[in-house]
Amino acid sequence: MSIIDSAKNAAQGLVQGALGKLVPLAPDSWIPGGLPDPLIARKHGLIGTPVSRLDGPLKVQGAARFSAEVAPAGMVYVALAYATIPRGRIATLDTQAAEAAPGVVRVMTHRNAPRMKPPAVFGSSPTAAGPSDLPILQDDRIHWNGQPIAAVIAETQEQADHARSLIHVTYEAGPSTTSFAGAKANGAQIGRFMGQPLRNEIGDAEAELAGAAHRVDHTYRTPRHSHNAIEPHAATIVWEGDMLTIHDTTQMVTAEARTIADVFDLKPEQVRVISPYVGGGFGGKGLWDHQIIGAAAAKLVGRPVRITLSREGVYRVIGGRTLSEQRVAIGATADGHFKAIIHTGTAAMTPHNAMPEPFIFATRSGYAADSFKLSVETVKMNMLANTFMRAPGEAIGTFALESAIDELAAELGMDPIALRIRNEPDKDPISGLPFSSRHIVEAWRSGAQRFGWDQRAPEPGTRREGEWLIGMGCATGTYPYHRMPGAAARITLTRDAKAIVEIAAHEMGMGTSTTTAMVAGERLGLPLDRIEIRYGDSIIPGAIMAGGSQQTAAIGAAVIAAHNALVAELLKLAGNESPLAGLSVDEVGSEGGALVRLDDPACRETYQSILARAQRDTVAAAEQASMPVEAMHWSMHSYSAIFCEVRVSAITGETRVSRILGAFDCGRILNPQTARSQFRGGIIMGLGMALMEETLFDERNGRVMNANLSEYHLPVHLDIPEIDVMWTDIADPHTPMGAHGIGEIGITGVAAAVANAVYNATGKRIRDLPITLDKLL
Amino acid sequence: MEITINGSTTALPQDPRVSLLDFLREGLHLFGTKKGCDQGACGACTVLVDGERILSCLALAVQFEGRDVVTIEGLSAAGTAGGEGLHPLQQAFIGCDGFQCGYCTPGQICSAVGMVAEAKRGSPSHVTADLAAAVTLTRNEIQERMSGNLCRCGAHNGIIDAIQQVLSAEVLS
Repeated sequence: MSIIDSAKNAAQGLVQGALGKLVPLAPDSWIPGGLPDPLIARKHGLIGTPVSRLDGPLKVQGAARFSAEVAPAGMVYVALAYATIPRGRIATLDTQAAEAAPGVVRVMTHRNAPRMKPPAVFGSSPTAAGPSDLPILQDDRIHWNGQPIAAVIAETQEQADHARSLIHVTYEAGPSTTSFAGAKANGAQIGRFMGQPLRNEIGDAEAELAGAAHRVDHTYRTPRHSHNAIEPHAATIVWEGDMLTIHDTTQMVTAEARTIADVFDLKPEQVRVISPYVGGGFGGKGLWDHQIIGAAAAKLVGRPVRITLSREGVYRVIGGRTLSEQRVAIGATADGHFKAIIHTGTAAMTPHNAMPEPFIFATRSGYAADSFKLSVETVKMNMLANTFMRAPGEAIGTFALESAIDELAAELGMDPIALRIRNEPDKDPISGLPFSSRHIVEAWRSGAQRFGWDQRAPEPGTRREGEWLIGMGCATGTYPYHRMPGAAARITLTRDAKAIVEIAAHEMGMGTSTTTAMVAGERLGLPLDRIEIRYGDSIIPGAIMAGGSQQTAAIGAAVIAAHNALVAELLKLAGNESPLAGLSVDEVGSEGGALVRLDDPACRETYQSILARAQRDTVAAAEQASMPVEAMHWSMHSYSAIFCEVRVSAITGETRVSRILGAFDCGRILNPQTARSQFRGGIIMGLGMALMEETLFDERNGRVMNANLSEYHLPVHLDIPEIDVMWTDIADPHTPMGAHGIGEIGITGVAAAVANAVYNATGKRIRDLPITLDKLL
Repeated sequence: MEITINGSTTALPQDPRVSLLDFLREGLHLFGTKKGCDQGACGACTVLVDGERILSCLALAVQFEGRDVVTIEGLSAAGTAGGEGLHPLQQAFIGCDGFQCGYCTPGQICSAVGMVAEAKRGSPSHVTADLAAAVTLTRNEIQERMSGNLCRCGAHNGIIDAIQQVLSAEVLS
C-alpha cells in the first residue's frame, strides 16, 4: 500500500469515524416502510452506558425539595376529619369546640367551603384528572367510609390535629353495599376502559374447552392493594390574586392543573402545578380530594396552605388497586396446543369512578389459541374510588393466566416453559396485527440457562433441605407499549453551547430526568454536562403523564420533534455565509456541538458560531410529538420471563424467596443503571403482592382496617434476595430510540412465578393472593 | 432549653407536643429528614442522637434537651450539589443506585451509620447465631438490621450493596 493510499484510507477512516458519531435527524413517526430512529444504530454513544442519576447528589443529601418542603410566609396547616360510615348524610356537625381551640384559623366544612364544580373524572376528557366525579365538601352526603368531611386550618399542624379531635359529627346512614358478594348480587356490567368494552370473543371457546383432551378451569382471587409510596401525599398551595400555584407530588401536572382550573372556574393559565420530585407514585400520585380541599382552604382563609395527608389519611383518601375474582380455563391437545383460552371475571369499582381493573389485557396478546373468550365485568361498591396501581390489569391478570398455564403444564406432564413456547403466537391473536418486536422466546431460553431451570424437579414436593421444601416456578410478564398523544418539548440552545430541554414530565425515581438528558445529548451532539432538563411544571408546553410506562417514549418523540424544528431554525439563522448554506434538515446531523453535513462531515458549523454570527444569545424551538400511529400498525409490548426459587417451611408454612431472575425483552435499554433498578423495583412490588400485601377492608362498614404501614405488610430488606435481571436489548425499529416502557413490566408475572414455585415446592396450589402461611399449613 | 443539631445549638420549641421530626422540618426547615408515616413504622425519619439511630417521629423534641442530633444535612456538612464532600455512604448510594425516588434515602443512610455503630458495640440482631461472639456484618445481618427502613421503589439491593461497599472499604467509623 502506497503512502498516498494509506493517507486516503486514513482520511476515509476519519470520515467514517465522524459518521459513527454523527446522528442524522430522526423520523417523527413510525409507520410500515419507515426508517428507524438513527440513535438505534449508534452503538458507542451515551445510550446503553450506565449513568448515575443526575439528581443523586441532591437526593442523598436530603436536599431535593418535595412538595411538603416548600414553606411560604404566613402558611397555615390543615388536618382532615373523615366520615366513618360508607353512605348516607351528615345529620349534625359540631365544629364549635374545634373553632375555639388555640391556633385554629377556620374549620371548613360543606357549609362554608367555596363553591366548586366536581372534578371531571379521569378519562372523561384528555385533560380530566379527577378521582371520581363526586363534589368535594359541597353537600352533606357521604359516599365512602373515609370521605373528608371537615378541614381544620390552624397555625401549626399540632394545633390542627388537636382541634380535629374536637369535631363532633352524627350521621343518618343510607343503604350501602360494602361486600363483594352483595355487589355481585346487585348485578354486574361489562367494564369499559377508555371507551372500549373489555370483552373479546373468537370462536366458541366454551365448546372448544369442553371438547379438549386436557383442560384446567379454576378461579383466582386477588385482594385490594395500596401503592404506599413512602412520601405521603402533600401539597403546598398559594393564591396570589386569581393565580393559584400548587406545589404538589403528582404524576400529571398538566391534567391536574386543567382539572383544578375547571373546579374553581379559572382559565387554564391561572393554575400552575409544580412537582419536581415525587417520593414514589406507582399510579397513586394523581389528583385526589386533598389538593382541591387545600386550594379551597387557602382561598377561604386568604393564606398559603400546607395539606399533608397523615399515613391513615392516605388510606382514607387515596384509592388503590381493587379486588378481583377471575376464571381462567385453558383447553389443550395432548401435545400442548391451546384450543381455548377463557379469562373472565369480576372487579369491584364505585358508582362514581372510571377504573374497571382490566385484567384481561395480558391475555389478549399472550398466547395463540384456536378460540378466546375474555371479559371483565364490574360490580359497584360504596367505597373509596379504586385507581391505577403499577400495571393495572396486567399485574393481577398475569397471576391468574400464568398460574393456569402452570396448572395445565402439570396436567399435561410438560415443562411449563416448553408449553409457553409451544403456543407462541406469530401475530397478535386478538387484533391480528404483527408484533413490532417480540423476542420472548429468546428471553425464556437465555433466562432458563442463567437460572439453572434444568435443576427444577418436575415432581412437586420432592426437594427438601431440613424443614425447608424447595421449589422453582416461572411465569411470563407483559405490559403494552404506550405513547399518549399531547406530548411536547421545548429546546433552547444558548450561546455558551448549552441546551435546556423542557418537558411537562415527571421524576418519581424512574430516572426520567437522567435518561432524557442522555437522549437529548445524543440527538444534539452535546455532552451530558451541557444539557439541562426542566420538567414537572404545568407551564411547560404539552402534557406527559407519568403513567402507562409511556414517559420515555413520549418524551423521546417530543424531543425528536423539537430537535428537528430546532435544526430548521439553526439552518435559517446560519444563512448564506455558513458552510451549511443551502442545506435542508434532511442533509445535516448533529455532532460535537455542531451541525454537520451528512455526506461531508468536514462541512460543519458549531451552534455557538451560528448563534454568534446571527447575534443571538439563544435559539429555541417547541414542538408537539407526532401522533402515536405506531400502535395502530403493530402489537407492541414489553415482555419478561420470570424465574423464581422459593423455600417453604414444612413446619410454619412461611415462604422465603431465595432466588429470582427477570429476563426482559423491552426494546433497547437506554440507561442500564436506572433500568436495572426499575426492573428490580417492579419485581419487589410483585413479591409483596405474592406473599404479603393486602388492604384489609371491613365488609360490614366499608372501612380500610389496616390503614398504616405496620399492618399493611411491605417487603423489607430481609425479605429481598439479590435480584438478578438481564435483558435482550433488542431495539424495536418502530419506536423512539428503539425503547419500550419498563416501569410496570417488572411487577407482572411475579406473583404467578412465586405461586408456581410454591406449588413445585409443596404440591399446594394457592389461587388466592397473598400466599400467607395459613394457606400453606 | 437547648438542643444541638448538626453542631449548632438552638432553642427547643415551646409546644411540648412537637415531635423531633416536626421540629427539624417545620421549626428549623431541615427538610432532609423525611416524614413517611409519623408512626414509627417506616424509618424515613431516622436521625442520630449522640450516635444512636432513633425514629424522630416517635420522639418529642423537648425530650432531647442538651443532646447532640445529627441529620442527613449534618452527615454531609461540607457536601455540595456537585457531589464533592459527600459522606462515603452518600457517595456509595449514588454509585450503587441505592434509591429511586429518594424519599426514604436520608433515613436509610442515617440508619446505616447507626447500625454499623450498634454492630461495633456487639449488639446482636434477630439473625445473629452466636450472641457471645463479635458481630460480623454479613449481608444477612445488614438486611435484618436495616429492615426497619422501608423502601417502596424497591432499591433494596442497591442499598445493601452500598452499605457493604463502604464497610469493605472500612471508611465507616
